[in-house]
Amino acid sequence: MPTKMEKSTEKNHIISALVEHKPGVLQRVAGLFTRRGFNIESITVGESEIPGLARMTIIAHGDQQVLEQITKQLNKLLDVIKVRDLEVDSTVKRELCLIKVHAPTEKVRSEIIQYANIFRGRIIDVSSEALTIEITGDSDKIDALTDLLKGFGIKELARTGPTAMSRGAKTI
Amino acid sequence: MKGGQALIKSLIDKGADTVFGYPGGQLLPLYDMIYDSDLKHILVRHEQCAAHAADGYARASGKVGVCIATSGPGATNLVTGIATAYMDSSPVLSIAGQVPTHLIGNDAFQEVDMIGITMPITKHNFQVMDANEIPAIVNSSFEIALSGRPGPIVIDLPKDIQEQELEEYRNELLDIPGYKPTKKGHGLQIKRAAQTIIKSKKPVILAGGGVISAGASSELKQLAEIINAPVTTSLLGKSSFPEDHPASMGMLGMHGRKVANISVDESDCLIAIGCRFSDRTTGKIDEFAPNATIIHIDVDPAEIGKNVEVDVPIVGDAKVVLQSMIKMLKKDTSGLDTLKWIEHVKKFNKNCIPRISFENDHPLKPQQVMKELAQALDEDTIMTTDVGQNQMWMAHFFNTTKPRTFISSGGLGTMGFGFPAAMGAKVAMPENDVVAVCGDGGFLMVCQDLATVKEYDIPVVVCVLDNRYLGMVAQWQKLFYDERMSHTHLGEVPDFVKLAESFGVRAERVEKVGETQQAMKDALKSGEPTLLDIIIDPDEILPMVPPGCGLTEIVGEYKVEREIPGDIRYKTPGKAQEGGD
Ligand SMILES: Cc1ncc(C[n+]2csc(CCOP(=O)(O)OP(=O)(O)O)c2C)c(N)n1
Ligand SMILES: [Mg+2]
Repeated sequence: MPTKMEKSTEKNHIISALVEHKPGVLQRVAGLFTRRGFNIESITVGESEIPGLARMTIIAHGDQQVLEQITKQLNKLLDVIKVRDLEVDSTVKRELCLIKVHAPTEKVRSEIIQYANIFRGRIIDVSSEALTIEITGDSDKIDALTDLLKGFGIKELARTGPTAMSRGAKTI
Repeated sequence: MKGGQALIKSLIDKGADTVFGYPGGQLLPLYDMIYDSDLKHILVRHEQCAAHAADGYARASGKVGVCIATSGPGATNLVTGIATAYMDSSPVLSIAGQVPTHLIGNDAFQEVDMIGITMPITKHNFQVMDANEIPAIVNSSFEIALSGRPGPIVIDLPKDIQEQELEEYRNELLDIPGYKPTKKGHGLQIKRAAQTIIKSKKPVILAGGGVISAGASSELKQLAEIINAPVTTSLLGKSSFPEDHPASMGMLGMHGRKVANISVDESDCLIAIGCRFSDRTTGKIDEFAPNATIIHIDVDPAEIGKNVEVDVPIVGDAKVVLQSMIKMLKKDTSGLDTLKWIEHVKKFNKNCIPRISFENDHPLKPQQVMKELAQALDEDTIMTTDVGQNQMWMAHFFNTTKPRTFISSGGLGTMGFGFPAAMGAKVAMPENDVVAVCGDGGFLMVCQDLATVKEYDIPVVVCVLDNRYLGMVAQWQKLFYDERMSHTHLGEVPDFVKLAESFGVRAERVEKVGETQQAMKDALKSGEPTLLDIIIDPDEILPMVPPGCGLTEIVGEYKVEREIPGDIRYKTPGKAQEGGD
C-alpha cells in the first residue's frame, strides 16, 4: 500500500495479455486474481495472431498501485508472455452479446427489429415466441439496448465480456 | 528407456545425489526402477518431512532439494512443505505420483488434483502427459527453481507415464518465452541509489533472504563498510551478515532487536536488499521507516512496491546489483558523512546487547541455553529452528556469521520444520555439524522421523526446548488475552528421552547450567543422532511489538548486559489488532 503518496483513484483498467494457449492457463490467471484479492470484472480469452498463443483481455478494478501489482503478478506466471495495460482513450474495446427477447406478436417483433437496427444489431433467430439479437459494441451500447429491450421481457442474455486492442499500428 | 528411468537419470544428471521420499501404489513402477538405480533415496516416515528435508537440503547447500510422494494422500502430505518452501523462496522439486492418464478426472482411487492444489504455492508445476518430455521437464524444473527468485516446482507423474517407453532421451530446456528473470539491474537506477546513499546521513541496510540465495554476503559486507551503514536483517536474512561485526544490529521487526527497530525508525536512507517487507518485519506499515528514502533491490519485480512504497526501485540479482553499486560508490566517497551515525548506532548497540548469562537461574533460561550452544558449536554449524519462542530465542541470542548457517521457516511459520530440515541439511552438508532447535510442540509433530535419522545414521542433534507450552501462543495469551491460557499447555507427556530411546536414538535430559554445553559436545563427539531434552523456564518472554503497532512501540523490557539510555520511547499498546501466529 502506498504510504507516502495519496491513494490514487480507483477505476477500471483494460489489461491485455499474451499467454500460452494450453490447458490450465486460465486457471492460473483466475486463481491469481482470487488469491491476491484483485477485483476482476471480466476475462475473455481466445486465439491470437501467433499460433500456440492466446490473447486474454481482463477488465479489472483498482487504483494505480493495484494495477501495477496485477501486471507484475501476471508477468510472474511462466505461461504469461506479455502484459499491457491499455490506455482507455486509445483503445478499441468490443463486446458481443446475444439477447433472446420475448416477442409473441408481429407488432412486438417489428418494434424490436427497429430497435435492433438502430443499434446495428442483427436478428439471428426468429420463432413465434421469441427473437434473438446479436449485437457488438462497447459495453455502454450493449447496456443501452438491453435496457430498452427489458420492457419486452428478456428471456436469455449472454455477454462475452469485452475484448480489446490499441488503436493505430501499435501492438503489444 | 522408460519414463521412470528417464526421471531418475535426469535427476542424477542434474546433481541430485539424494532424494527424500515415500512410496505408494501409483509410484510402484518408479520405485521399482529406483531399486536398481544409483539414485540415493531416503525413506522418511511422513511425506511432510520429505518436503522439509528437501527444503533444508536446498537452503543449506544452495542446490535443488528433491522429494517424492505417491498420489493422493502422499501428495497432499507434501503440501505444507511445498507452501513453506514457496513462502521462503526455496528451490524444492516435488515429484508426485498420479493415477494413470486414462483415469484422471474420474475420482479414481487416490486421485487428487495436485496441479490445481499447488498452483498458488509453486513457482510453476508440470503434469507429464508424455514420457518423452520428462528429461526436458526435469532439466527445466531445476533451472526455474534456482534462477531469478528461487521457488518450488511440482511434477505430477501419472503411473502409466512412468512405464511408457521413450523414443528418444532429449533434455534440452523447454522453450518458455514467459520466463526471463532480470539479473543485471538498471544502470541509471543503481546510479540514483548510489547518489542517494552518498547524500544520506543515517543509512541503514536491511538484508533479507535474497542476499543469501544470491550469494551476495561479501558484497553486502563491503557495501556496509564503505558507507558506514549498520545492518539489520529479516528472519530469513539472518546469517547473510556476520552478527559479530560491529555494524550488525541483528534482526528487525515484531520480535526484532531494539537497536534495529529504533535505527530503522531514525534512518534517512533504508537500503533494502532481497527482502519483501513482510508485516512481521515492518510492523505497522504507515509508521515504517518514516524518515527514510527507500532503496529496494530485489530480483522479483512484484515485490517492489507491493507492501512499501519505494523511492528507488532496482530489479536485479542482489550480487550483480551490489557489485555495480559498490563500483560506483568506490569512485568517490568524499561526499559521505555517515561516521557520526555509525558511531552513534554502535554505542546504542552496545547498550542493547541482550543479556545471555543467567547462571543462577533455575529452571534454565533459554538465553543461557543459547549461550551454551554457542560455546559448544563452531561457526560452520548449520542451525535450524522450529517455529515459536524457540525460533525467536535463536534469532535473538544465537549469533551466526556465515551464510546458510541459519535455516528457519519464516513466511509460513511451519511448526515441525526444524527437525526434518536439519535432517536434509545434514545430508547435503555432511561435513558440517547440524543442530535443530525445536519447541516441544513442534518437534512432536514430526518426531516419527527419529526413525529416519536412526536408520540412515544421519547424526543431527535435536535440542527440544521443553517448556511444556505452545510457548509463543501462550505468550500472546499472556500479553493480549488476559492470561486466559486456552489450550496451550502441553501436559506431562511425552518423556522425550524415552521417546528418542525407543527409536534407538541417543538422548539426554538437560536441566542445569553447564549441562547444555557438555551434552552438545558429547553429542557431536558421539557422531550419532542425538536428542537433548532441555527443560527451560516456561515464563520467559521476549519483548515484542504488538501486531498493528509501529516498530518502536515495544512491549516488555529487554534484559541487557548494561543499562539502556533514557531516551527510548515506550508506549503501552492496546489489544492485538490483527492476526496472530
Ligand atoms: C503447523 C502449525 N500449527 C500451529 C501454529 C501456530 N503456532 C505458532 S507458534 C506455536 C507454539 C509453538 O509451540 P512449541 O513448538 O512448543 O514452541 P515454543 O513456542 O514453546 O518454543 C503455535 C501453536 C504454527 N505456527 N504451525
Ligand atoms: Mg513449547
